[in-house]
Amino acid sequence: MKLRIGTALKVVFLALYLLVMVFPLYWIVITSLKPQKDIFSFPLRYWPEKFTMDNYINIFKISKFHIYIGNSLIVAIAAAFIVLVIAVLSAYVLARFKFRGHGQVMLAFFLTQMLPGFIALAPLYLMMSHMDMLNTRFSLVLMYTVGLIPFSTIMLRGFFQRIPSSLEEAAMIDGCSRWSALLRVIIPVMLPGIASTFIFAFVQNWNELFLAVMFIDNDSLKTLPVAMNSFILKFDVDWGAMSAGAVLSIIPTIFIFAVAQRFIVEGLTQGAEKG
Amino acid sequence: MKNQKIFILSGLLPALLLVLAFTYYPFLKGIIMAFQDYKLFDLRHIRFVGFDNFKDAFHDPKFFTALKNSGYWVFFSLIFQFLFGLALALLLKKPFRGRGIFQGFAFYSWALSGFLIGMIWKWMFNSQIGVINDLLLRIGIIHERIGFLSNPKWAMTSVIIANVWYGIAFFAIMLLAALQSVPSELYEAADMDGATGVRKLWNVTLPYILPTIIATTLLRAIWIFNDPTIIYGLTNGGPAGSTHILSSLMLDKIIYAGDYGAASAIGVIMIVLLLLYTIFFLTVTKAEKVGDF
Repeated sequence: MKLRIGTALKVVFLALYLLVMVFPLYWIVITSLKPQKDIFSFPLRYWPEKFTMDNYINIFKISKFHIYIGNSLIVAIAAAFIVLVIAVLSAYVLARFKFRGHGQVMLAFFLTQMLPGFIALAPLYLMMSHMDMLNTRFSLVLMYTVGLIPFSTIMLRGFFQRIPSSLEEAAMIDGCSRWSALLRVIIPVMLPGIASTFIFAFVQNWNELFLAVMFIDNDSLKTLPVAMNSFILKFDVDWGAMSAGAVLSIIPTIFIFAVAQRFIVEGLTQGAEKG
Repeated sequence: MKNQKIFILSGLLPALLLVLAFTYYPFLKGIIMAFQDYKLFDLRHIRFVGFDNFKDAFHDPKFFTALKNSGYWVFFSLIFQFLFGLALALLLKKPFRGRGIFQGFAFYSWALSGFLIGMIWKWMFNSQIGVINDLLLRIGIIHERIGFLSNPKWAMTSVIIANVWYGIAFFAIMLLAALQSVPSELYEAADMDGATGVRKLWNVTLPYILPTIIATTLLRAIWIFNDPTIIYGLTNGGPAGSTHILSSLMLDKIIYAGDYGAASAIGVIMIVLLLLYTIFFLTVTKAEKVGDF
């Protein structure tokens, strides 16, 4: 009997928790599918009288939403890809070799995660302006890459440390150079770690707002978060369009998260555990 | 041997150069700006002003509100994220049917942007047509609408609630992994001694995962302190500056005032506070190494 009460309490807690977590998502989706008059009607409708795609059609009419989606995809994928190449190398070196300055390099990467990054925001803006890179997608790709290098390196290093170094040593005895041993033997074993790092990087880039707000004011170069930000300033009352925009910007991350949830959780925790 | 040196160098160089050039260099420049009169709309009259930016901050009532709010923001966000995250991790420790699906729905908030979360909660907290007011009225907990975001008495609590909602997943993920690494022999030994569930939690589980708890709370506190995104999306510091924390006030000075000197001064004060906090935390917990996360 005692056990059953315990189980019942557990189930109740988990169910309540799930409700609290899912409700905001439900509410924004439902709002986006309501006809305009239902959104502001009293009493609130928890299930719309009729569903409509008007808000979604509307958002493409009042803005270049497809272009924003494209910009976000380009920037997020490019930066995630470049960071992966750079971080795999640095993580491998830091995992396999002890050398003078090893600790300092780790500390330098580690510290970037703790400093209040906004201090660098203004100087970065000026640097981009001097290099004539404001209002380019490349400026964001560069910034996102740099921003993710330390965390990705730390995370990938954890993965490398779980792979015995005898693996590439065997390949090197067979005549491989270190580069080809890394490419042909280690990288394939690392694929789950690489996938989760890529996904993590993509999600971060997809969500980034402030650098993009500072660097981009050309409408056709805006990323999704910047576009949503200017929606708020411009159409403060059009919650139908805004929730449609929110749903569209959430879909890719939710999709990726659903597909790769196990990878991400595993990757994050392994990277964290293995110091 | 020489080959190895070349390999190490070429492997590290791209990462190091980029981070030094685009993280540390602008960061140091930002610290220098704290001692300059540096305004975006008047870049020709940049000059050193000593501690003037700091004096201005200390004479600004908004600064002290933000300082106090940062304290509330970090403390309550952290405590509730941790407690709910721990409870969740403990309940998810043993596999059950549907756990994977549950985790998917329970953890997805982690992958959303803080700005969107701020927006969504702004919609839900709305005093006229917000769903939270509607639900509370229907259940009968309140009898008139609350201006969650427009009433300064409620605004800070409201942004913290949104932040707790956002951050539970992170703690749950980290703590769940730690819990799963506890060796089962420890529990078997405790069973032989006739320990009950609560005793096992207190004497076996918590001590074993203590390093993870220390590392996650230390770093999480710093991230919560540094990240104004949810506040930016929800209230943008309003009403009348009552929900600004230090980082959102700093952002405000950059984006709206273009006053880099004032913003950087706040940033430098934040660094000092972070240092004090880290030293204090590490002394109290006697943690020597916090892992590199």
